[in-house]
Amino acid sequence: MQLLEFQAKELFREYGINLLRSISSTDIEEGRKHAKELGYPFVIKIQVPVGGRGKAGGIQKCQNDDEFELKYPQVMDLTIKGEKARAILLEKMADIKKELYLSLFLNRSKRCYTVIASAEGGVEIESVKNQIIKEVGLGEVSDELSKEVAKEMGLEGKTAEQFIDTLKKLSKLTIEKEAELVEINPLAIMQDDSIMALDGKFVTDDNSNFRHPELQKYQEKTEIEEQAEKSGFSLVELDGDIAVVGNGAGLVMSTLDMLSDNGGKPACFLDVGGGATTESVYEALTLISKLNRVKGILVNLYGGIVKTTVVAEAFLKAYEDNLIDLPVFARLKGTESEKAKEMLQNSRTKIFDSVEDAINAAVMGVKK
Amino acid sequence: MTDIFGLLKGKPGEPDYEKKGVIVQGITGSYGSLHASNMVSYGTNVVAGVTPGKGGQTWNDSIPIYNTMQEAVNATNAKISIIFVPAKFFLGAAREALEAGIKLLVAIPEHVPIRDTMETLELANKKGAVIIGPNTPGIMIPELIKVGIMPPMPFKAGKIAVLSKSGTLLYEISDALTNAGFGQSITIGIGGDPINGTRLIDAFEMVKDIPDLEGMVVVGEIGGDSEEMLAQRIIDSGFNKPTVAYIAGRAAPKEKRMGHAGAIVMGNYGSAESKISMFNKANIPVAKRPAEVPVLLAGKMEKSD
Repeated sequence: MQLLEFQAKELFREYGINLLRSISSTDIEEGRKHAKELGYPFVIKIQVPVGGRGKAGGIQKCQNDDEFELKYPQVMDLTIKGEKARAILLEKMADIKKELYLSLFLNRSKRCYTVIASAEGGVEIESVKNQIIKEVGLGEVSDELSKEVAKEMGLEGKTAEQFIDTLKKLSKLTIEKEAELVEINPLAIMQDDSIMALDGKFVTDDNSNFRHPELQKYQEKTEIEEQAEKSGFSLVELDGDIAVVGNGAGLVMSTLDMLSDNGGKPACFLDVGGGATTESVYEALTLISKLNRVKGILVNLYGGIVKTTVVAEAFLKAYEDNLIDLPVFARLKGTESEKAKEMLQNSRTKIFDSVEDAINAAVMGVKK
Repeated sequence: MTDIFGLLKGKPGEPDYEKKGVIVQGITGSYGSLHASNMVSYGTNVVAGVTPGKGGQTWNDSIPIYNTMQEAVNATNAKISIIFVPAKFFLGAAREALEAGIKLLVAIPEHVPIRDTMETLELANKKGAVIIGPNTPGIMIPELIKVGIMPPMPFKAGKIAVLSKSGTLLYEISDALTNAGFGQSITIGIGGDPINGTRLIDAFEMVKDIPDLEGMVVVGEIGGDSEEMLAQRIIDSGFNKPTVAYIAGRAAPKEKRMGHAGAIVMGNYGSAESKISMFNKANIPVAKRPAEVPVLLAGKMEKSD
């Protein structure tokens, strides 16, 4: 999971990384109180678990009450990359001399943690120039290496000292929480040469959640996501109108790609896991029935050993129970597909031999 | 370099040639039991199972169960093991297998914490062992040995090597290959996790010198940079067997985990565009649909004739 900025900063604070004063709120009432406490000027920052907030207008300077009343609701109402505001963070304005970049991430091909640092931060990582990249193994970053990075960045005196301290604390945090990525961008040099984390990104390894009950409070799941997880499914909500269901992450991604290539717009990615049973497909249809916007369901199952009649039963039951009233376009690979077709003859489910045919029919079907 | 065929098949003259023993860790669980019997039906020589507390019993009235890997290895001398335990217990099971002398470890579980995978790999390196997975369908030489959970129908013995991050796409694409007359010499499931015991480049090193290899198919997906590394390795090594790639996840949104723990694009890191452009650079065509893979492969073969 990707934490929100204010959540990442809570962890930074716990590990002693320097931060500006900031307070998060979820409505304007609360926000007004915080504005008084904090005092102008400050920055209003939308809290969404994606990047690119600045460009989308999600970060606004605020000098007085009038601006606050205008901008707080504006920022609250933004949707960035499909993500609505989870909260608003008010943060004191900073008097910055220079913006640096610092991150620690799990280098997948090198199989170790890697530090990236640069004296030219404040822009997206792809545009960060003069990156200093150091592989650091599985343990914490050493004194020696931290000093080396500071030196290569051209930092001196108090700034270098505080940078080294920040890097070591960030490394401790990364290792102890089993993070995949922790990024501070920008990491600012202030007028008094001190170092401050102005932003924070934190991506956890969800598979290690069972060892980190302390991170549970950051879990923000919609009701549908929670249900999906309970059923052992993977669900990603998207903004189109054709729900895409299949077994196996690769196969569902592939179906999403082909649907998009053919002008269809996926409403969700739903992977029911390796196998497919009457129960799992019925569960999947239950989840989809709760999504808005869906006009049709595209099903792509590579069963291997699964009998397609077993899956056909799930569709029939879903119609019978009035769970769904949507057309289903299904490609089912497995045994007994002729029999399955017969079973579904008079229902709103159509079975196809190839996924391409199912996709074309789905794209045409939702246009009607 | 790993002699994967030596491990899975052996050399003519060896007493266990073409019937290498496999130990199943977690054989009494429903999942482990189901796939142990599927492997047996496929012809895999399952020689022992391990479930702590059930030592001395037999599985399916035929295969002995041991409490520990050390006992199982002592009794059978097997070098291959497949793990079906829950993710939480993976590290312990893997450690036990490696300490007992297992040289090829197939790690089926999904949701293994990254740190546990990295610790397993560190130990495997020390012991000179190979890990396939985690979160993999396994590895197989069609019609000879299956150490994994793949259904049998898509596969046929032949001369194409298939390397795949995804399970169901491996079945789908192998099925398409088989139907087009391209059997497989070996299929290796890389796994869908961020850290893979056998990366695409490692799997490539295992298959590139197969004497009668006629081609290679790479089934990748968004996330990480192992496809890019592979493309670079292919360029550097001068490998010239017909090769075709497929990349899933072109339409996936950024910063969202698409089912697999490893299938996530962060910035440009892991994007489909980056992978496709590297394959293009290596002169490897990238199919837009799984069904297109055998067509492109046939095209490549014609050109190389």
